[in-house]
Amino acid sequence: MTPTGPSTATIPGTNDGSHGGASRRDGDPNAFNPLFRLSSEEIEEIGERFQKIHDEVKADLGERDAQYIRSIIEFHRRLTALSRIVLMASRYPPAWLLGTAGLSTAKILENMEIGHNVLHGQWDWMNDPQIHSSTWDWDTASTAASWKHSHNYVHHTYTNIIGLDKDVGYEFMRVDPKQKWSPEFLAQPFINVLVMLFFEWGVAIHDMDLEAIKKGKKSKKAIMADLKGIGRKAGRQVLKDYVLFPALSGKHWKKTLKANFTANIVRNIWSNAIIFCGHFPDQAYTFTEEEVADETRGGWYVRQLLGAANIEGNDTFHLMSGNLSYQVEHHLFPDMPSSRYKEIAPKVKALCEEYGLPYNTGPFWQQWLMVQRTILRLAFPGGGETPKPGPYVAPPEPPRQERTVQGVEGPIKAFP
Amino acid sequence: MTTPLLPDDYFALLDPRWSTREATGTVLRVKSETDEAATVVVRPDHPWPGHRPGQYLRIGAEIDGIRHWRAYSLTSDPDHPRGLVSVTIKTVEGGKMSPWFTEVCGPGTSVFLGNVEGEFALPDPLPEKLLMISAGSGITPIWSMLRELQRRGRLDDVVHLHGTRTAEGFIFGAPLRELAAENDGYKLHEQLSADDGRLTTENLDDLCPDWRERSACLSGPREMIDAFTEHWEAEGIADQLQTERFQPVIGTGDAEVGSGGTVSFVVTDKEATCEQGISILVGGEEAGATLPYGCRMGICHTCVGVLREGQVRDLRSGEVHGEQGETVRTCVNAPEGHVVIEL
Ligand code: FES
Repeated sequence: MTPTGPSTATIPGTNDGSHGGASRRDGDPNAFNPLFRLSSEEIEEIGERFQKIHDEVKADLGERDAQYIRSIIEFHRRLTALSRIVLMASRYPPAWLLGTAGLSTAKILENMEIGHNVLHGQWDWMNDPQIHSSTWDWDTASTAASWKHSHNYVHHTYTNIIGLDKDVGYEFMRVDPKQKWSPEFLAQPFINVLVMLFFEWGVAIHDMDLEAIKKGKKSKKAIMADLKGIGRKAGRQVLKDYVLFPALSGKHWKKTLKANFTANIVRNIWSNAIIFCGHFPDQAYTFTEEEVADETRGGWYVRQLLGAANIEGNDTFHLMSGNLSYQVEHHLFPDMPSSRYKEIAPKVKALCEEYGLPYNTGPFWQQWLMVQRTILRLAFPGGGETPKPGPYVAPPEPPRQERTVQGVEGPIKAFP
Repeated sequence: MTTPLLPDDYFALLDPRWSTREATGTVLRVKSETDEAATVVVRPDHPWPGHRPGQYLRIGAEIDGIRHWRAYSLTSDPDHPRGLVSVTIKTVEGGKMSPWFTEVCGPGTSVFLGNVEGEFALPDPLPEKLLMISAGSGITPIWSMLRELQRRGRLDDVVHLHGTRTAEGFIFGAPLRELAAENDGYKLHEQLSADDGRLTTENLDDLCPDWRERSACLSGPREMIDAFTEHWEAEGIADQLQTERFQPVIGTGDAEVGSGGTVSFVVTDKEATCEQGISILVGGEEAGATLPYGCRMGICHTCVGVLREGQVRDLRSGEVHGEQGETVRTCVNAPEGHVVIEL
């Protein structure tokens, strides 16, 4: 694990106007949004620097990366096959537990590190038709096509622009004070739990554009076409997890069905947590349409940086989160292989430090609790901007302790 | 049962060759032909559908994690008793795949087998008199045809003119000389360009006075084909000449840097012209094509299309890239010369 240093998230109340360059515009909640403190030249410069990081990695992609994704895919398939076999004996509790745990892990890997990232086109450079965003499908209720539209295009292009990025609250939750309150948000704490449990279904209907349907802007035909696509995909999923595999366990089919159901729920809760922690913790900034009108490529980069938040953790944690714990890096470079995010994180941080920009990050529980707090608070009217961290500052290098041989004058390295 | 995967994907865990998702093969040996050329013998993992002598095979291989594709003439007999196939490859200096095939890949390497393509074939029915003209590595399809004639016992009256820089550099030189020694019906003329200059249309009357009466098959570099085709046309007998240019037409590199180019969209069936700095997507839309797009800035991969021909320039980095079968994002790439794209 790379040393991440003290997370900026743990420095509370840095919003006092004392940090470099911030000018206070009275009553403007965005007074400290670093995007508005940078000159347009600086923004372009930052854009170019980020692009350079991207291009360097792109030029370096090769065998090592190809091996990585293939080994993960193979591991996933082995784990799935093994878990399904173990679950045939689901009437024995240890087998049930083992099979369910294996299947949950496999599903999480498949959705996060494999599916999400392949569908982003992170592995398209290999030119392998089997591991390609145009041919991939994943083990979840939503179709690859609708996901690529709502996520790769809408969310990653208009990230955190209120009104344009439909991932801000997914059109049925209020997660940012800039969203207008209405009484239906009172049900939000309850809906939140449902969304956690059945996340894949929420994602499946997400691309249908609920907003437009409510306003009657979407034709019946378009709605039916969407429903048909979802129905076909979801039908296959349900058939597999809730009919065919349980049937393999004979008269103990109920146990296997429960195991599959549990695995899906575990996967849902986990992916929901990781994804909500990517944009809804206090540190992340949101933007209004006016603020980002005439945005340049450099501006896009800065917005991505400010709008996302990382989660700290060890390598296994990063793998299980599909490296979305490097949400900042992912948003800067959505089509860079996820396995490279960790390597470029220090470069991103260095850029943040140089230009006085924040690098949003925090430990998992802190981030998750912040999100839950926001969801509860914003169920009710009002709610102010959350405190934002200041510019990223690299942690001081810990003083190096060198072992010396006792009884000898002066420090002599024991292990040169 | 295994949705969204295929049962195949799980069988492939046991043995990758069991997968029927793609046609693959294993390299049996690489036989050096000359200093610069080698024949790669492949055992297909699935039964070989057969080919006609003169056709070429699209063959793919993974080099440093990236799959590349090229087309090479098949030089094996269509009905090889053990079902083996081979392609003969000349090393292109600075090339990506040819040096890899001739120098790096060895027995046991997996390769991908694409389609067998090409219209270049022996005339049917076989005429009395044939004229074969080849130059450099253009010999490969001609070699296949000559072998076919030999097998069918129809080497009755074949004149073969081959241009090569040196006698040692003549791919299949030794077996063809032998063939000529054993068969009165096959006359081989080697023209060494280092001594006698290149093989041109002016040599025809000397080397093969009755060329106008023969069915001719010609395989060589582009300029040579153009010159010979013109010559046959001038005589009004263009229908007696079949040609194969063995160099694929890709971004020739002589167009002015980044000057744009033309695009053929094969699915929407539209032709577009892109001025300098105009992406394929914008050019296509202006020409009236309805193309998929999302972010229009290179991040969402909604706009990708498979490149059939030509090369593109990445408008962000200026890098020129692209080869047959590669998917490119139309919103951030401009044609570099002429491109054909599957969209
Ligand atoms: S339109 Fe998004 S990558 Fe081209």
